[in-house]
Amino acid sequence: MTVTDAPTRPGVSSTVFDGVGVSAARPDGVPKVDGSFIYSSDEYHDGSLWGVTLRSPHPRARILGIDTSQAEGLDGVRCVLTHRDVPGSKIFGMVVYDQPVLAIDEVRFQGEPVAVVAATHPEIARRACELIVVDYEELVPNTDPEVSLTGQVDGLPGGGLVRHVRIRHGDVGAARSLADVTVEGRYEMGTQDPAFLGPESGLAVPLGDGGVELYVSTQDLHRDQRQVADCLGLPLDKVRLVLSGVGGAFGGKEDLSVHIHACMLALRTGRPVRMVYSREESFFGHVHRHPAIADIELGATRTGRLVFTKVRLVLDGGAYTSTSQVVIANGCYFAAGAYDVANVEIDGFATYTNNPPCGAMRGFGAVQSCYAIESAMDKLANKLGMHPLELRMHNAISEGDTLPTGQPVDGPAPVQEILSYLRDLPLPEESDHQAADMRARPGGVGNVTRGEGIRRGVGYALGMKAIGFSGGKDDTCTARVTVWIRDGEPVAEVYCAAPEIGQGIVTLEAQIARTELGVRTVELRDKDTNVAESGASSASRQSWMTAGAVVGACGLVRDEILERAAAVLGRPVGEMALDGSEIRDRDGRPLVSVAGVLGPESVSHAYIYRHRRTEPVDDERGQGDAHVAFAYAAHRAVVDVDVELGLIRVVEMATAQDVGKAMNPIAVEGQIEGGTVQGLGLAVMEELQITGGRIHNPSFTDYLIPTMLDVPPMPMKIFEFPHPDSPYGLNGVGEPPNLSSTPAILNALRNATGLELPKAPVRPSDLVTELLP
Amino acid sequence: MRVNVTVNGVAHSVDHVWALESLLDFLRERIGLRGTKNACEQGECGSCSVYVDGVLVCSCLVAAGQVEGRSVVTVEGLGSDGGVHPVQQALVDAGAVQCGFCTPGMVVAAHCLLAGDPDPDDLTVREQLSGNLCRCTGYQKILDAVHMAADRAGTGQ
Repeated sequence: MTVTDAPTRPGVSSTVFDGVGVSAARPDGVPKVDGSFIYSSDEYHDGSLWGVTLRSPHPRARILGIDTSQAEGLDGVRCVLTHRDVPGSKIFGMVVYDQPVLAIDEVRFQGEPVAVVAATHPEIARRACELIVVDYEELVPNTDPEVSLTGQVDGLPGGGLVRHVRIRHGDVGAARSLADVTVEGRYEMGTQDPAFLGPESGLAVPLGDGGVELYVSTQDLHRDQRQVADCLGLPLDKVRLVLSGVGGAFGGKEDLSVHIHACMLALRTGRPVRMVYSREESFFGHVHRHPAIADIELGATRTGRLVFTKVRLVLDGGAYTSTSQVVIANGCYFAAGAYDVANVEIDGFATYTNNPPCGAMRGFGAVQSCYAIESAMDKLANKLGMHPLELRMHNAISEGDTLPTGQPVDGPAPVQEILSYLRDLPLPEESDHQAADMRARPGGVGNVTRGEGIRRGVGYALGMKAIGFSGGKDDTCTARVTVWIRDGEPVAEVYCAAPEIGQGIVTLEAQIARTELGVRTVELRDKDTNVAESGASSASRQSWMTAGAVVGACGLVRDEILERAAAVLGRPVGEMALDGSEIRDRDGRPLVSVAGVLGPESVSHAYIYRHRRTEPVDDERGQGDAHVAFAYAAHRAVVDVDVELGLIRVVEMATAQDVGKAMNPIAVEGQIEGGTVQGLGLAVMEELQITGGRIHNPSFTDYLIPTMLDVPPMPMKIFEFPHPDSPYGLNGVGEPPNLSSTPAILNALRNATGLELPKAPVRPSDLVTELLP
Repeated sequence: MRVNVTVNGVAHSVDHVWALESLLDFLRERIGLRGTKNACEQGECGSCSVYVDGVLVCSCLVAAGQVEGRSVVTVEGLGSDGGVHPVQQALVDAGAVQCGFCTPGMVVAAHCLLAGDPDPDDLTVREQLSGNLCRCTGYQKILDAVHMAADRAGTGQ
């Protein structure tokens, strides 16, 4: 392989005055369109080796022995490592350490890493993996979460039970007598994959002092750093992580992938090591969205007022914990939906099996429970003879109501406004399928129908989710802001570890610095672990937390500049204001330039932002003020269904969401559109086919994500009800559009066909009604 | 084997190319042009789209040896005079870039689309770009960007 010098990172700076609330251009936009932006799979270094992982072909097996001698003898191989070579902790994990860095005496899922190889060429490393002889004794995999939740399964930790979450609110038993109408339903959801396009990858560079630098794509540099250092047996200051370009994440890059393996190979060989998963390996190399089984019972008065909600939710977490214990809690918190209901009983179970590990994915448990409650709400509306939107508006939560966890709903809860937009938005015209372009019909360019047997359906769904980490996790975000003078003008540098995963946090950092300091030029430092932690780009929290940190740091910088000016001018600080390159008096007259105050010196401050305290819910009744904030969104789906062939066309996805403050409107729209389409995929296309613990479709040929042709127009309304606790009044944006999208489509398909459709995604065979006996 | 190829107007002669090496790996590892992306490696996602003699291809499906004597244009070769191509600028301006991993392929495919149809309607854009997967944007802003680029070209901007 030809290897040239290490790359120069494209400079990220911006000189356009786009502050908060403007659709500012991404500072990484041009490098991303011209091909110069460096993703973790593009990282390279002089003399680097390639690392490749050997994975278990079996979902469950005992390892009787591993023979690496043939692999080590292959020309070009530099080292072969197994669990014996892990220098520090042999296990890692996001919250609890339970996953082996390399399998020790057993494998618990298909694709579990067993050995890693470094070689001069990736093909040599792959051939070396084929030469490693692993003596497996295959065992029967445990794959049924309903069995695991008993906690009695031999061979699984906790007997198979990760966590049982109980929430008790009011008295469901007593409330039954108040219900004129009840409905019951079981709703299942398949396993969705984050299917980010940029595969797991990174570059580990050994340092002369025995430490290592890792250039990697991740959602949380510091949590990764702690796990990597623990497993390498190194102090934190010997392990520096640098954020490389992240090709999408959606929760799937919170758990470690290449991190420890690449560092082990680099430290052992003394050479830089690149690792890049193939697409197939990626499907085995990251966590998926938990598949779900939800049993729901709703009781309501004749007029449609909910009197009780009872939910049993089972999420299969697969082989290792990852974040299952938190995902099930989040699923349970919002299992009764965005409704005011006095009596609630929720039991949630997260399980271990020998299925592929599941963990964080956009929506984090609330996707599964929203799908279930919103499906049941339509069933209730049908039984009551009410319009599904009317039933929702009749029961919608509002500010001051009490959640099933006992926490009052504080902050704006504009559910009526959100649903009213969808109610008042005109429906798209019925298609004349005989006349229509075949690309607009169900089946599309397959040209399988000319409009026969097509029925239209309309469906609604409402979703609610917490923003930020819940349950007593007092997370922080730190930013350092430095101002100095270049060519007579102040320049601000923002240094914050908040991972840019596509959402545009870098744009926001620059917008905030411009707004707070009035500067034109903002430079963004590479994100790494040499600055204090930002927390994860997850839980729709990063804009809120980073904004808090950058605003705070800018405030400290501004204060110091004004204090220095006060000393120079001999005037009180209170009479002056910082306005870009000038310091002005109360009437806006310039007093002195910032350049005149600072000269060759710089002003630099770090600020640690904290959200308000939360508390864990109790084990017995699930009560506690667990959340920082809540966000709401709803969808109206319009579908055309060919009931003879089971083909679907989603005609339109209308949505409304409250975002508190649209910090960067075009980015907010992009989040809502992207989340809506991931929900569309989950409704009608996306499912990992897993039987006996084995994935059957680990490729983009067989795991289908929506294309541009599968996606309809998405009219939307963005509400901006300022949140009282957040910087600028903003609220989290990324996850809410992912909640209600899927059940809105399911409800539209039910509306079109009259079928129960108890499983998402819906397959063609689920829809074919007319021709079947 | 040796492969002689022109990439973005520059002639290259590369020795020791493997018989089964893809054009994608050749461009990324031999020529050092990493703008072309590796996302699925089986022709489903379009992230590795390039031109070979003016024809849009998935470079992961083309063997490096097949471009012997041909001309390849990648995402790095579309701009001019140090500036980006109008299609690239439109993707930035329309907010069509999030993680950006699909973007280089999307740029080349959209460039190809507009070269053949300077003012495509929505369904045509959706069909022509349906071989390019994007997981972040939901595609709406990409659709907007193609129209923006078409409109700007039409008005001579």
